[in-house]
Amino acid sequence: MQRTRKPGISRRSTLVLMGTGAVTFATPWVARAEAKTIKVGMPTILSGRVAQLGTSSRNAVMLEVEKVNAAGGLAGRQIDMVIRDSKGAPQEAARVARELVNTDGCELLIDAEASSGAFAVHEVARDLGVFCIHTNSETSALTADPKQHIPNAFRTARQGVHDSIVGGSYAAEIAKTKGLKKWATCAPDYAYGRDTTGEFTLYLKRFAPDVEIISESWPKLFQPDYTEVVTKILQVKPQALYTCLWGGDLTSYIDQANIYAMFSQMEVFAVNMADYTALTVVKNLPKGIHSGNRYIKTYPATAENAAWGDAYKAKYNEYPTNWSWENATAVMLIAEASKKANSADGKKIAEAMRGLTIKSPFGADGTVTMRAEDQTLIGYAIGWGTTIPQEPYVPDVKPGDWKTILELEAEWKKSKGYA
Amino acid sequence: MDIDALTGCLASSACLVTQTTSGFIIGMLLFLVAVGLTLIFGVLKVVNFSHGAFYMFGAYFAMTAYQLSGSFALAMFCGAGGTALLGLIFERVFMSRVYGADVLMQLLVCYAFVLIFDDVVRMVWGPEFRSMGMPAAFQVMPLLIAGGVVPPYYLLLIGVALVMAVILGLGLARTRLGKVIRAAAHNPGMVSALGINTGLIYGGVFALGGMLAGLAGALAAPVRSLTPGMGFSVLIESFIVTVIGGMGSILGALIGALLIGMIRSFGSLGFPLFTEGLMYLFMVVVLVIRPTGLFGKEVA
Repeated sequence: MQRTRKPGISRRSTLVLMGTGAVTFATPWVARAEAKTIKVGMPTILSGRVAQLGTSSRNAVMLEVEKVNAAGGLAGRQIDMVIRDSKGAPQEAARVARELVNTDGCELLIDAEASSGAFAVHEVARDLGVFCIHTNSETSALTADPKQHIPNAFRTARQGVHDSIVGGSYAAEIAKTKGLKKWATCAPDYAYGRDTTGEFTLYLKRFAPDVEIISESWPKLFQPDYTEVVTKILQVKPQALYTCLWGGDLTSYIDQANIYAMFSQMEVFAVNMADYTALTVVKNLPKGIHSGNRYIKTYPATAENAAWGDAYKAKYNEYPTNWSWENATAVMLIAEASKKANSADGKKIAEAMRGLTIKSPFGADGTVTMRAEDQTLIGYAIGWGTTIPQEPYVPDVKPGDWKTILELEAEWKKSKGYA
Repeated sequence: MDIDALTGCLASSACLVTQTTSGFIIGMLLFLVAVGLTLIFGVLKVVNFSHGAFYMFGAYFAMTAYQLSGSFALAMFCGAGGTALLGLIFERVFMSRVYGADVLMQLLVCYAFVLIFDDVVRMVWGPEFRSMGMPAAFQVMPLLIAGGVVPPYYLLLIGVALVMAVILGLGLARTRLGKVIRAAAHNPGMVSALGINTGLIYGGVFALGGMLAGLAGALAAPVRSLTPGMGFSVLIESFIVTVIGGMGSILGALIGALLIGMIRSFGSLGFPLFTEGLMYLFMVVVLVIRPTGLFGKEVA
């Protein structure tokens, strides 16, 4: 039977009209809801050799932002993350940061850059007066040097000097026990490598004055081949080696040193080893490398930390990195400061954040504090241990003592003219 | 500057063996990449700026084959063979269209493909760095030769590169195919008039160049971290090698690569903060004394 079309308005037309009406009347309401969101800009490294770390920064931020938004956002405003690739280039990081504020309307910045880029973004934050929290740069001077200080910039990344105090005292104890007097160092030739090596050896010698540095190697960042560095170290026959190589550079170095049986000839202290990016990538991980904790879900050995690591893995199908916890902490601190200030305004958040202590899965005692005097994070879990080639990778971590860290850091600041 | 360390090393047989082997390792790997570059330039007159990408693909192909099969030999074959095939396709589809074009145009096309290839690797294998791992057969204690330390894997690497150098040298000098390739490099019009398919020769040479870079990548995969863009730094050093040796000269590539290897190896002892600079300084000195490189020929 053939269907005949009824005169008048068809059902389809009615639906279209109703839909159009609904959209028309709802638009101001939707617009108002959009205005209630707060845009948070995030320049980070999403391409190149460090992309994995930038991606892990983004992942951690998104994991925490979802929780904050589910709990009502920042003073009732939902967070809208605007994340851009800086390609790891300082000038690009500064350009992107400026664009995020001026063009995209971001009211807060999470600066997930490595040290070189972080200093560039810091200058943008100084210029624009926008709230900014540095999450990845570990170069101590970023917040320790009073010349760098601006009231609107904070840091949740661990600080090189903290690592060096804990690492230096840990290494000195082993040096004294095992009689390790001749040391070699190998570090990437840029600010982080130079500063961290200098600070580590400073504290190593302070706690073990007999130690002598007999060889230094400064391969360039992202150097593909370390053969000449490995053989040079073998020539001088040190009893111990310190390295702050990281990421793909560290794994290349380990692979190349492995076939020279270097790890059986000396004690190796690699501050950046205990991070899943390196632990899971190296195929033949040597047993007994000493490392500082970066991110491992077994240290601090708390249910909260393990749960956070597992939640991240469940969502992204890989374990978090050192940059992940540093970025997650930034969001946690912003949320708490916003709650305390009952505002999403950057200035009020900054005011509330100074000296703020929050509960944290990454805290040495379950909390971390944004120290007011230099607006940098303290109280995070920090320790050293030795590797095994399977999970938990670093079964026993000897914790650093924050009382000692703070005392020695104050001394260090004085010696640098920072205090 | 640490001249004491350098002279101390030169006086010690153990140090000499270790550092010379180290120089050979760096040099021979560079040679495999540089010789492909110089071969392509010599025959096709193209400065193949995308050559480092073939090194990268060789490493990734080898890693994937090794992960799937557990066979080191198959990994090497896939690294070299895969890039040869890729080189052939790349030359036939894209590069053949810019022969005779302005050098700037060739460089732009090649650079565009460097970025494209890096993105392809990122899409297929992910942006994070990867590691192939050393095959169990080579996870052994290094050899002690005159007190010097030499890992067996590096002996294999040096051996493979030397064999390739001999095959290339003899192949081009003594075989009929080698003569045809040299003739095509010198006068493609005449070769074509003789009924020889120059397109096939160009494609074959490009594939051979790609294969050599891919083989270098495959041999490097067990000891280097794999990452998108990994071919770039190797390409820069390969350019230095070809410039020092003379563009288009296979012997020049071999000698240039070995010189760079030795400069890096011994320079790290005597000039630890100037090893890179030493390499560039050497290149400048060579170019000032001999602008065509050590074994390069004057272009009429």
